[in-house]
This record gives sequence, C-alpha cells and structure tokens, in this order.
Amino acid sequence: MNFPGCLTGLRLLPGRPDRLMNEEFLNTLGSVVANATPLVIASVGETITERAGVINLSLNGSLIVTAMAGFIAARVISFGVDVDAINMIASPEAGLIGGVLVAMLVGALVALIIALSSIELRLDQVTVGFILTLLMADLAQFLGQEYTRIPGPVVPKWPLPLLQDLPLLGPVFFQQNVLVYFSYVVVIGLWFWLFRTRPGMAHRAIGERPEAAYARGTNVNRLRYIYVVLGGSMVGIAGAAYSLHFKPGLSNPPAMQGDGWIALAIVIFGGWHPFRVVLGAWLFAALRAVSSDIQKNGLVILGRTLEFNFVLLNGLPWLMLIVTLLLVSSGAIERLLLLLPRPVQRRMRSVLRSDPPRAIGTTFEVD
Amino acid sequence: MRNVSSGPARLAFVLLPVLLSLLLAALLVLAVGREPLEVLQKIWQGAFRNSRSFAGVLNFWIPLTLASVGLFVTFRAGLWNIGIEGQILAGAIFASAGALTFNFPPELAPLQLLLQILLGVLGGMLWAGITGALKIWLGVNEIFGGMALNALAGVWGIYLISGPWYPEGGSAQQSRPFLENALYPALSRDWPVGLLAIVMTAVAMVLVPLIMARTRWGLQLKATGSNPRSALLLGVPTTRVAMSAFLVCGALAGIAGSYRVMFTYGSFRPLVAGGIGFLGLLVVLLSTMKPLWIPLIAFVFSAILAGSTRLRVSLQLDSSLAGVLQGALVLVFILFQGLRQRLELRRNELPRMPHRPPAPPRAA
Repeated sequence: MNFPGCLTGLRLLPGRPDRLMNEEFLNTLGSVVANATPLVIASVGETITERAGVINLSLNGSLIVTAMAGFIAARVISFGVDVDAINMIASPEAGLIGGVLVAMLVGALVALIIALSSIELRLDQVTVGFILTLLMADLAQFLGQEYTRIPGPVVPKWPLPLLQDLPLLGPVFFQQNVLVYFSYVVVIGLWFWLFRTRPGMAHRAIGERPEAAYARGTNVNRLRYIYVVLGGSMVGIAGAAYSLHFKPGLSNPPAMQGDGWIALAIVIFGGWHPFRVVLGAWLFAALRAVSSDIQKNGLVILGRTLEFNFVLLNGLPWLMLIVTLLLVSSGAIERLLLLLPRPVQRRMRSVLRSDPPRAIGTTFEVD
Repeated sequence: MRNVSSGPARLAFVLLPVLLSLLLAALLVLAVGREPLEVLQKIWQGAFRNSRSFAGVLNFWIPLTLASVGLFVTFRAGLWNIGIEGQILAGAIFASAGALTFNFPPELAPLQLLLQILLGVLGGMLWAGITGALKIWLGVNEIFGGMALNALAGVWGIYLISGPWYPEGGSAQQSRPFLENALYPALSRDWPVGLLAIVMTAVAMVLVPLIMARTRWGLQLKATGSNPRSALLLGVPTTRVAMSAFLVCGALAGIAGSYRVMFTYGSFRPLVAGGIGFLGLLVVLLSTMKPLWIPLIAFVFSAILAGSTRLRVSLQLDSSLAGVLQGALVLVFILFQGLRQRLELRRNELPRMPHRPPAPPRAA
C-alpha cells in the first residue's frame, strides 16, 4: 500500500495523476462490496429483529451454525453423503438452493428460541442470546467435524446484463453474484418497508412504543414472532453466504469467527437504519481490504517502507468497532445533523439518529 | 402441574434439564455414528481414571472457579462482563512477561512467584478497567467493548509469540518454556496441581460472597445492579461501584490467567484462555446467583471439559461435545426456570381472576 495515494489498489502512477479511477481500484471497490455482503445481510436481519424490539445476541453462533448447516446440506445434495466423493450427483444449483434454504431454516429456529423465551417465558433476551451464541458455535464444530476442509458447491459469479457495462458502477456493483444482488434488494426493501409503508410503521411502533401500537389494534407479540424469525432466517442466508461463497467450506476455528459481534456493532453504528448499516458494513470490509493489501504488499509512506509485525493488523477491525461505538455514544453523528441546512435536517433525521428502539430488550404483555 | 414451588417440583425443574441435555447430547453422538454410553464412559475415564487425571480436572476447576467468582461480582452489579476471556488472557500475558524476564535465586523463588501472580492480577485489572472505562464514562456497552478487547488481547498474544517471544528454533505456537522457579510448585508427582492456587481459589470462593453479603460495598453493588437510577438517588456512587466490580473481576481473572501459563502450560500460548471465561458466565447463570453452587457447578463443568479432551484421540470425536453438553444444559435449565416462574405467577394470579361461569352444555 502506498501513501499518499488513496485506498488500497489505487496506485498513483507518476505522471498520470488524472487516472485516479483506474481499473485496479474499481476491482478493489468491487471486492469490498462483495466481501461486505454477509455482514450486510446479517446486520440487516438483525435490524429487522431489533426494530421489532427484540435483540438477537446469538448472531455470532447463528452465523457459524447456519454456515455449517448450509454447507453440509449443499454438499450432501450435490455430492451425496460420502465425504470423499468428488463427482457431483446433482447440479450445483440444486445444492446451493437447498443449502441456503436449510441455513435459513436453522437461523429461523435459533431466533424462534429467543422469541419464545422472551415472549412466552419473559426471559432476558441477552442471557438466552449469549447462551445460544456459545452453544451454536460448539454445535457447529461438533456436527461439522467430518465436513471440514472438503470442497463443496460455490455460488458462481453472475454479471448482470446491461448494468455490468455501466461506467464506474458496473464493475463495482453489478459484476457480482446473486447473494450480493440479494443484499442490495433487502437493504432498499427494508428501507422502503420501514419508512414508506403502513405495516412498516407498525413494525417500528412495536419496537418503540408497543403499548401505543397495541392500543391501535396491533398484535404486538405476533408481529414480534414474525420479525424475529424473519431476521433469524436472514442471518441464516448470511451464514450460508460465508460457507457457500465468501469463505467456502468449513474450517476450525470457523473462518467468520467474530463477524457476528461485528455485525451486531454495525447495527448500533448504523443507528438501526438500513442505509447507514450498509455503510458500516462497507467500512469494515474496506478496512479489511486495506489491511490484507498491506499484509501482501507492505506499507510505504512518503517513499519509506514501514516495517512492523503485520499480525497486529488483525486488531484493526476490533479497534474500529470500539471507535464506531464511541462515535455513536458521544453523539458525534447526531451533531452532524445540526450542521445541515434546515430543510435537509428533517429528511436526514431518521438516518442520523443514534437512539436504539426504545422498547428493545423488553417484553410486552397485555394486562 | 399444580404446585410448582414445592420441594419435589423444584427438584424436577433442575433434574429435567439435566436429563434433557444429556439426551440431546446422546442424540448428537448417535447422529455422528458413535455410541453415547461409550462416549460417556470415555469422558468419565478421562476425568477420574487416576490421581493425575483428577488433578487435570482440578487444573480446569481452579481458573474456572476464579473466573466465575469474579463474574458473580460483575453480574451482581448488573454488568455482562463478556470481556472476561480477554482479562484472563491479559493476566496470562502479564504473568508470562514476568516469567520470561525474572530469574531469582532459588531462595527468593516464592517472591518471584508472588510478583508474577501480581503481574497477572495487574493485567486482568487493566483489561477489565478499559472495558469499565469504556462502559461507564464513554457509553460503550460492556458486551461489545468486552468482545473487542477479547479479540485485541488475542491479537496481542499472537503478536508476542510471532515476534518478541518467538522461541529460538521453535515454531510460533508458544513461547519458550518457563524456568522451574517461574512455575507454581506442583503438589506431588501423582498430583500435578498447584496447591497455592487451590488455596487462593478456596479463599476467593468463600471470601468474595461473604464480603458481598456482609459489607456496605456488597450492598451498594446489589443496589447498582438492580436499579442504577434509584441507587444513584439514594447516594450510591454507582460509577465507582461499577468500576470496582470490573476491577475485582479482572483481578480474579488475572490470577486465573497466571495459573494457566504458570502451571497448566508452563509457557505462553495465544489460546491460553481457552473459553474458560465464557464457560464461567455459563456457570454463574446456572448458579442463579447462589454463590454456594458456583464451585460445585464449576467442578462438574471442569470434569466434562477435562474428560472430553481425549475424545479426539480415543474416539476421533471432536471435544466440542463438552461445550455442546454444557451449553445445552444451561439453555434448557434457564428455559425451565422461566417456565416455573410463569407457572408460579399464574397460580398466584388465580384467586384474583373473576369467577368463570360454568361452560354451557354443548349442543349435540
């Protein structure tokens, strides 16, 4: 990596300062968008859950167990139960679709435990979520032991016709695979749902003021079940996205170990707003791209090569996690709002707020 | 179930989760094509076949109990100290720094041991203090701050053995082995366990709950934990109390970490915390905040942990089965507790409910 320059992959070629947006740089941006995808899907799923007033703290374990379930299902459908088999017995598409569906089911089941224990038994959501996150990680390691480090089907690239040829946007956003496109759809879809539809308003209401929503005739707990399970199945898709594409296969320790916690923090950093959540996920993916580039190519600042132990770079995402949460808790993001002109302020309020849904973590019961 | 608070019913709500989680584990073992009873037998043998394996159980029990007692304090203060894993690791790193630096003459060996343990305490308190400061003064939730600090301690550990502590001619898996005078002395050849550490653990598990029950500080902790706002209004210095809870837990975690490097491994490794901190959280959840149960539950968990370490060798089975069994037990137990409380509540509410008229006869 070269400083001064810019993000990773961007090399300021001497004598050609005009070519900032070179191909290599666009490819890097494209890989940032791709690598952020599981984080995006998981944090959007968690946003759905938390907007309904429930916190699913099991994210880390859920991602690991759904990655395991999705991979094994895809592998078994495509190759059969023999772990040494190398010839496919079914098309990879059948395996991939089956894998994602199984992962969704598992993610939904884990979320259902949290919903049931919170709504029916009034147990603390953090407690149950924490136990689940440990249990699911161990369960995944135990059940996946025969399937570690073997190949399975991988989601293929699928450049979108026409859109892929767009200048700048094409290589970054539209030469990806189905999972990446799916993440765009859920982000925009969730924004539209939450802020532009009536049932979406009820969704927000049960997370903010469940009593008021109830008084308006909303069945608070039934909706919470629906959104928690929906959020959990999204986490399942994210888990499958790891084992079927971004970190193919299973390994021990799991390749995405820790990402669930980062996704939970991204939801906070994202202020429970889909657009800001995506920005957060891209930010983390960009940081990872930068640090892996440094590990590969070394770090040059002002022509001097900096020597240090690159192992330390693995701490960067966690430092950034703390910094992003500090930004939110210090009110710095909300203060941005005051800098904007008044008419824009009104439109940006929902994006820049930092308060959690007011009823998060609480149980609602009709008395 | 009519009466859910009677003795037998209470017992049922404890025994059923045990049976259910064992059943679940048995089904999982069957699912991967092994004999559940054979696995159980191997775990038992792994834990209790002779004095050396029993000492192995105690070697888990010591750090696990220390961590659990510390977590008992933070839970009392209403804090989710998930960062304990990193606090154990930080304690281990600090203690290792001492072990790799000092080389006192034999007559001063006890002093060196004490210094290293103190360094471990310092490391644990430092890591806990950062989590506490982030939580109390900067508003970063202790769950996320703690998780991040766990990972940062892990990165630090890997950095140390790949750089400054890289052993000559070795691989980057662990530091060079510590010298004899840097280790807790073992009880005997047949009982490889640190007596001093057992004593410290025993003192901690008795003294800490006693202090919490009998002193003003304990009362303030409880007040802060149950309702921080009203505690503040009543004049409890809640920030100081919360910080002290973090520091006490960090100190105990630091001793736990020092034991892992200064006895169990005799060198520094990055995975030295090994999930013991997280397991401690499960122990305290299972104890339902009754301190008497903590050492007992910790013992059972340690036996499962120590017993299953050899499953890989004897049955080619992943030792994560221990975690599955422990996690399932705590989950089912907590669910049953919730169920019992709901049933109790419903029973108490019954007299206040309006009398229901008898159902009209159904038309044929």
